[in-house]
Order: sequence, then structure tokens, then C-alpha cells
Amino acid sequence: MSNSVETAVQLADLSATTLLRFATAGSVDDGKSTLVGRLLHDSKSVLTDQLEAVEAASLKRGQEAPDLALLTDGLRAEREQGITIDVAYRYFATPRRRFILADTPGHVQYTRNMVTGASTADLAVVLVDARNGIIEQTRRHAAVAALLRVPHVVLAVNKMDLVAYEEKVFASIAEEFTAYASELGVPEITAIPISALAGDNVVEPSANMDWYGGPTVLEHLETVPVSHDLTSCHARLPVQYVIRPQTAELPDYRGYAGQIAAGTFRVGEPVTVLPSGRTSTVAGIDLLGESVDVAWTPQSVTLLLADDIDISRGDLIVPSGDAPATTQDVEATVCHVADQPLTVGQRVLLKHTTRTVKAIVKEIESRLTLDDLSQHPHPGQLVANDIGRVKVRTAEPLALDSYADSRRTGSFLLIDPADGTTLAAGMAGESFATHKVLTTVEDEEGWDF
Amino acid sequence: MGHSMTSAITAGEGIDSPYALSHLDALESEAVHIFREVAGEFERPVILFSGGKDSIVMLHLALKAFAPAAVPFTLLHVDTGHNFPEVLAYRDRVVAEHGLRLHVASVQDYIDAGKLRERPDGTRNPLQTLPLTEAIQEHRFDAVFGGGRRDEEKARAKERVFSLRDEFSQWDPRRQRPELWQLYNGRHAPGEHVRVFPLSNWTELDVWQYIAREDIDLPQIYFAHEREVFKRSGMWLTAGEWGGPKADESVETRQVRYRTVGDMSCTGAVDSDATTLDAVITEIAASRLTERGATRADDKMSEAAMEDRKREGYF
Repeated sequence: MSNSVETAVQLADLSATTLLRFATAGSVDDGKSTLVGRLLHDSKSVLTDQLEAVEAASLKRGQEAPDLALLTDGLRAEREQGITIDVAYRYFATPRRRFILADTPGHVQYTRNMVTGASTADLAVVLVDARNGIIEQTRRHAAVAALLRVPHVVLAVNKMDLVAYEEKVFASIAEEFTAYASELGVPEITAIPISALAGDNVVEPSANMDWYGGPTVLEHLETVPVSHDLTSCHARLPVQYVIRPQTAELPDYRGYAGQIAAGTFRVGEPVTVLPSGRTSTVAGIDLLGESVDVAWTPQSVTLLLADDIDISRGDLIVPSGDAPATTQDVEATVCHVADQPLTVGQRVLLKHTTRTVKAIVKEIESRLTLDDLSQHPHPGQLVANDIGRVKVRTAEPLALDSYADSRRTGSFLLIDPADGTTLAAGMAGESFATHKVLTTVEDEEGWDF
Repeated sequence: MGHSMTSAITAGEGIDSPYALSHLDALESEAVHIFREVAGEFERPVILFSGGKDSIVMLHLALKAFAPAAVPFTLLHVDTGHNFPEVLAYRDRVVAEHGLRLHVASVQDYIDAGKLRERPDGTRNPLQTLPLTEAIQEHRFDAVFGGGRRDEEKARAKERVFSLRDEFSQWDPRRQRPELWQLYNGRHAPGEHVRVFPLSNWTELDVWQYIAREDIDLPQIYFAHEREVFKRSGMWLTAGEWGGPKADESVETRQVRYRTVGDMSCTGAVDSDATTLDAVITEIAASRLTERGATRADDKMSEAAMEDRKREGYF
């Protein structure tokens, strides 16, 4: 084993690595567990005692080979039923990067889990079986990635060994998927032909597909850009907490603590505080003990302003030249994540950045079927795993961006005020980059009640 | 696989913009955000502080999150009565140094009062749940920070950052709130509380690299030292009042260190010559065992040992 050599390489580079958050969507049938298992195993992230536990558990179930799904199916109910119910987070590292993998179940009844995993992902891996090509489930996964504005999508065309590693099989699936996902507005799509079982193009380049000149899955994960040029983004700082030491040495210190949600802030920059509209100038930026001239997302900072103005938790600090309009009428796409339904007229709490306000669901305009992007007008209610278009009226103005411009300041939760349940995850503005992809289907009265 | 890794490094260099954060900066920023959310939304938060490395890193992050003001939380230690003396000394030193307020819930007091009974195997880890739960009720803590990490164990891999507990501190994995973006929902009814895990996305190696980067002081038992130990269930345990060794277990002096710090009765030492932080990091990067697998007897009991303890209200 060349473990010691690899370890030395890892150590030399670990301090300089960046973090990639990515999500996988797919079912066991697509070979997702095999792919995830191989990524973890080949990056030395499955350790001896974990593998021994999986082997023992597999044997107890009468399976001869270790079932790598048992690594991620952490709950008793999941193991008993042999299905993934919840999002499982897995962690692994290569010399180049640290990875946080949100492993989500692929079936339609778990759309909420897929949405959850995709909400923080920089990249989504969509799996298809090369023998089946693009199916409804694939279209749904692509739609979730597009809806959640995941910047990078990988189409892993799996089980290439079962189609004799034929280039034309891969090419036709890749072409169909790329056309579909581009139409939905996915900005970057990479298709990779793999066999997770045989190991082709997962970590090692395949010896069976000379015609493919692109990266392996791991190489792509290691090299895809995790951040972009932020100077063109709208800068946003939701205030989390006001830091006031009130000590003899610092009687007048007032710092506005928060994590920069988008863009960059600079000392000397004129800023506006929303929703009040008061203005000031950035006098200083404290980056966790270090005074800096510029800070950017997602750094947690404390902003010092030149003027003593009234600012509290829930306010949004933005550059004066680039403030979003405030509104009490929110039009958005929501994914319903609770077991109890969301109905027209329902009173809810809306949590946007660090601000929670009362709100009422004015209208549920349509329910969206992600498999074929058909819209069903006025469904009356949304139930678990439904995606719908809603209009919400808030009791107080919100400084809301469109989700397409800013994932963090364009997203919100709807919460049940009675028991605190998270009802729905909302994205302000248009669902997809292009509107023409949606078709409208008039349902019969009460079709889905 | 060594070859493809090496070529990937070369191929990948320089692709990240100057705005990319290192993984430690990204994890630190995320944890600070979590601490500040809790400070902004809860009345009576508390940090569970054992003197172990994860709780030490939590405290360090909390200090950074609110500087130059004081940490707006108290600390709670569940003292099993079988703690390492070095760790208790460290705890008291840190509390004094930062002017913090410490509550101690004592398993020994519960045993003495007849509210808990010593287990036949002598391990006190599962006994911590009742004193912990009652301390939360007594002090009406509404947010309880724990150092749990999702990489530790497969039931923990399903845990939320904000994890709602009922008035009995119970965890129901089927009824967890989906957690989207960085929007944490901390709504709870009176009597309920939220367990908060700022280190959810950290791995053991991240914790150690962060300790090295920030030059954080640790109890000495994390570094290699000579100790009288005996072998039980494949682990090196420290001889002591708590009930070891038995007649058929022989004591020997070995050079060891601890990878985790918990109750002496079920926390094993590992053979090690790592006397410095760098050496510890090298050792962990090369280890083929998880930290719990290497050092915790209680997790070896069954496939769902951790899930069951968590349901009952454990850390």
C-alpha cells in the first residue's frame, strides 16, 4: 500500500483546499449507492471499522457482498426497509478538495429531501441508467437542480458496461439531457459516461472508453469552480446580532454581526439599511478578530458604521447604489415540505434571512409537475412534496431579491405559527430561467384531493 | 489511484477565484453564523462543555463570534464522576480565564441519591442522559449547543444543525424539520428545546487542523504520554477507581494518547507517539479507524446504539 505517500501528499495540500458542497439524486436502481460508495471508498473515507460493520450487517441480512448503502442509511427504519428516507451527509477529502455530499433519495415521494440537499449544493450529480436513458425521474431531478439554481450539474450515465461501452448510447443520452437542462436554465452541464460497479471514469479514467476525453467524476468534482467573480453580485449583509461590549475600554462599540450573504463589502463604502432606508458608511470590517478592508460571501464579519443609527437583528445592510426594492407582496415558487397541507388563506410566519414576519397565503396559483413541467391551475392546497406557485402577503416589508439573482436573499421558509413546523421552502421570482418550458393542464375539479 | 490523484492536483491548480475560502475558513464562518443565530433568537442558550476537543473548539468559535463582547452563553458540564483529572483541571482553568459561568450536573449525585443505578459493566456514558435532561429543565435552557459532528456516526449523519427536542429531550428522527439553505428554524413550544450542532459539517481532521491553525490549548491527554492501562474489549483503558482492572486483566505501562475524551470507563486510549499537533494530524490522516470505532466501547454494542441513545435525549 502506498498509504504513507498519499497521506504525505494530503497533508501538504490540506490547508489550501477549498470546500465543495454537492448533492446526488438517484435511486439504488441507478447505481447511486455504488457510485457514492466508490467515491467514499476510493478516497479512503470508508474506514476499516465502518467497512467491518457494514460487512457484518450485510451478512446478517443474508447478502454476500457488503451493501454500501448501509454506510449512509443511518436510521433503523431505513435499514429495516432497505430505503433511504432522509438526506444523509457524507464527508470526504482528496488532496485537492474537501467535499460535503448530501445524499438524497430519488423517488417522487422524497422530492422535499432532494430540494433540501440541492438548496446548499454548488453541484448536483444526476444519475441515469444507460440502458433506460432519460426517464421521468431524470427530468424531475434536472428540474429540481434548475429550480434551486444549482450552478453545476453532472449527468452521470451509469452502467456503460451493460451497453458495451457504446459511444453513441452515451452521446444520444447526453445530448437529450443537455438540451432539456439548458432549456431550464442550468448554466453548466457536464455529462460523464461511467460504470460505478466496474469503476470506469469514477476515480480512474476508463480503459474501455477511449472515445471519451473528459474528466472522471472525481476529477470534475475536484476542479469545478466553487466561487465566481463576486464583484458583479449584489452585496447583502443580513444583521444577525448587534455586538455591544459596553465595557470601560469599549463603551461605545456597536458592531453589526452577520454572514455576508452575497457579494463584497469595502471600508468607505456608502451603505443603506433596509427596511428603514437609513444611510451610513462602512467605517470598519472585523473579520473574526482581524481588521480588513474588504470582505465577501460567505465570510462571517462584524461591520462598523460611521454613524450611530438604529439597526437591529433582521435588518439588511446593502450598498447604497444597489438596494433591492422592499415589498409586502411575495410571488414565489414553493416546495411544500410538511405533512400537513398549505392552503389558501392560511396564516403563516415567513422567515427571510434573519427576519421573521407574519404573512398570509393569498393565492396558490398553480401546482407544478416536475416530470413534464405541466402546471395545474388553482389546486386549492399543496401537500408534501408538491411544488407550486404562490402569492404571499406579509405584515411588514421585506427586502427580498429574486432567487435567480441571490440564492440566499431570495429564499425563505413558511412556518406554522402554532407548532413551529417548517411548511414550505420558497424561492422568490420566476421558477425557471425561461418561462416557455411550462405547459398548462386544466385538471378536473378536485383531481388531487 | 495514486496516479489519478496526482494528475488531478496539477490539472486543478488555479481554478478557484481569489474569493474562494479555504475549507477551514468556510467551516469557521458557518459555525459562527450558527452561534449568532442562536444568540439572536433564543433566551437561554447553553454550551455543553466536557473539556473534550470538540467542545473546546465550540467555545473558541463562540469567543470569536462575539468578540470584543463576552460570550452570551453559560456552560454546562455533565460530570460522570469518572472524568480524567487533567480534563477537569483544564475545564476550570478555561472557565476562570474567560470569566464564564459553569453549571455542573453530576452523575455521582444522582447515583448517591438513588435516582440512577450503576450499570454492571461500570460504564456511565448512558447515565448522563437523565442529569443532562433535568439540568436543561431546571435552568430552562432553550438552546443547547453540542459538539456532535455528522462524520462521527451514521445516526449523527442524519442530524439537523437545529434539532428540536420535546420536554423529555427525546429525538424523533422521522419528525425532523427539513433544513434548507442557511435558514434555521428554532421555533419551539415552552418546555421544548433545540439542540444546536455548530460543528455538524466538520470532520475529525478539520477539528485538529483548526486547533493547529488557531493554536488552541488542549488537555495533555490528547498527546502521547506514558500511562498505566489494561485491555478490555480490544481497547486500552486507564486503571482507576471506576472499576478496572478486573482480576483477569493485567495492567501495563504504554505510550498512548486519547482521540476522544469521555467517561474513563468506556473511552479507550490508542497507542501513539504523537506528542505534537502536527504529529497528531499525521496520525489521524493515516488512521484506518474512525475515532468512535477506535475509542468508544458504548458504540460497539449494536448497530443502532447511538440512534437509541439520541432518541432518549443523549448528546
